[in-house]
Amino acid sequence: MTEITKKTILEIKEGLKKRDFSALEVTNAFISASEKNKNLNIYNTFTPEKALESSKISQQRIDRGEERLLDGIPIAIKDLFCTKDTLTTASSKILSNFIPSYESTVTQKLWDAGASMLGKVSCDEFAMGSSNETSCFGNVINPWSKRNGKNLSPGGSSGGSSSVVSSGSALAATGTDTGGSIRQPVAFCGVTGIKPSYGRCSRWGIVAFASSLDQAGPITKTVSDSALMLNVMSGFDDKDSTSADLDVPDFTQTCNDFKLDKVKIGIPKEYQIDGMSPEIVKLWQQGSEWLKDRGAEIVEVSLPHTKYALPTYYVIAPAEASSNLARYDGVRYGLRNSQDNLDELYAYSRSDGFGYEVQRRILIGTYVLSAGYYDAYYRKAQRVRNLIIQDFQKAFDKVDVLLTPTTPTAAFELGSQLDPISMYMNDVFTVPASLAGLPAMSVPSGLSKDGLPLGLQIIGNQFDENSVLKIAANLEDQARFPFLN
Amino acid sequence: MSIDKDIVAKVSNLARIKINNDQLSTISNELESVIEWIDTLNEVNTDGVEPIANVSGQKLPLREDKVTDGGYSEKILNNAPEKESGFFVVPKVVE
Repeated sequence: MTEITKKTILEIKEGLKKRDFSALEVTNAFISASEKNKNLNIYNTFTPEKALESSKISQQRIDRGEERLLDGIPIAIKDLFCTKDTLTTASSKILSNFIPSYESTVTQKLWDAGASMLGKVSCDEFAMGSSNETSCFGNVINPWSKRNGKNLSPGGSSGGSSSVVSSGSALAATGTDTGGSIRQPVAFCGVTGIKPSYGRCSRWGIVAFASSLDQAGPITKTVSDSALMLNVMSGFDDKDSTSADLDVPDFTQTCNDFKLDKVKIGIPKEYQIDGMSPEIVKLWQQGSEWLKDRGAEIVEVSLPHTKYALPTYYVIAPAEASSNLARYDGVRYGLRNSQDNLDELYAYSRSDGFGYEVQRRILIGTYVLSAGYYDAYYRKAQRVRNLIIQDFQKAFDKVDVLLTPTTPTAAFELGSQLDPISMYMNDVFTVPASLAGLPAMSVPSGLSKDGLPLGLQIIGNQFDENSVLKIAANLEDQARFPFLN
Repeated sequence: MSIDKDIVAKVSNLARIKINNDQLSTISNELESVIEWIDTLNEVNTDGVEPIANVSGQKLPLREDKVTDGGYSEKILNNAPEKESGFFVVPKVVE
């Protein structure tokens, strides 16, 4: 029998049903694996007692034949989701003592479905970063580092969520994605993740970064597991007025559809950028070939405003962040630097509590929103965002999904990307879909010459996650990716 | 647009983030390079293009204006750095 920690959610569900093992044995296996991988610095807060307690209840339901969708499935939660009575830090010093009195909608749905919580996992501070290095608790180490003798970044911001699955320490994790924070780290860590359409999952109870972009999504080993998690996480929530009041289809239904006759795959020509590694170009072509073999038609499309997506994002996301993060004032919760004067209390608490990248983004956001610059920067970016959306709409008149690389390179070494703009370039292929609110998924599809994971991204039309999952399942089936665990 | 130390000082005051004088020039250089990069957006002709904030195309729902939550101020105060008699404590603001 395959080791428990090498299995997928679907395989564990099957094994629990057939009594090959108990929910408690499964949970214990992942607790041990998490302890064994302590050197990767994945967890901000480890909660094995919670996982054990809930797996006992799950086993009782399984014994009664009343099992729920995720009974007996231990998962990790990005430390950006508020969890009642469990520390929620956003990997920031300013929230390092924050214990929510409420549960985020998405995590509540997961617990209601029977999943158990192994702990809260690290991310870039307030999800601002592409390397996990901005966490106030130090970076996570990419589990692929050991095999390659390098100290590699897991990517970010959902670096802990990607590493916890890649290292076989949890069956799944929640992530959030504002400009690529699920897709880039899953590509770096050789696992799978989907950012659904904006509005598919409720944002209520998730520490806010940029409200018009933030979306929750699952990180798993396989496409089918992601679909199952997404079934649970999705749906309208009256506590989040931007969540979509639409029926949630069964996302698992297209994951076994391996016939792609009449499917049109678009290859956006503007995604062929300078500085992209040749092995990624090769993998991208290989991906097209794989889908062609299954009967799909490959069509070149144009998204002419692609090169303006990153600068647009770096106006809109910091602007929204500067407004969202105004709530950290040292008065109601979080870190306080006591001063005699209220304005100084705010200013010193925020400068002590926020890390450098967060401060930089708040300053950029404040600048682009300030009197005299609002129209030149913020309004302008909102207009370009509209053009980026129109590019996608025109492309989806012709094709069903788009196929692109997830990242321009494989995982880089920790500490190697020093200036902000080269760090921002990590998200060059993921940011456009975020700006347009489209569903997009990364599937591990091959290895670089150094033996590091590389991902391909599938972008779908709004609320058409099922087409994305179908194409992702086909790539997964063809790629036969050698998972680390 | 050049971002000098004065602009950084003004913006950091608006953002209520204390920045030491010896950091001002580093930060102004970094912000300037980011803003220069953002300025490439000026190449795009956006005449007649509407600015967009809502990307989901969903209409924001309205609900009845009634209280649906609350009544647990003690729980909320548990996270306060300083509290007294059911209130948050701040330095004296009014003389």
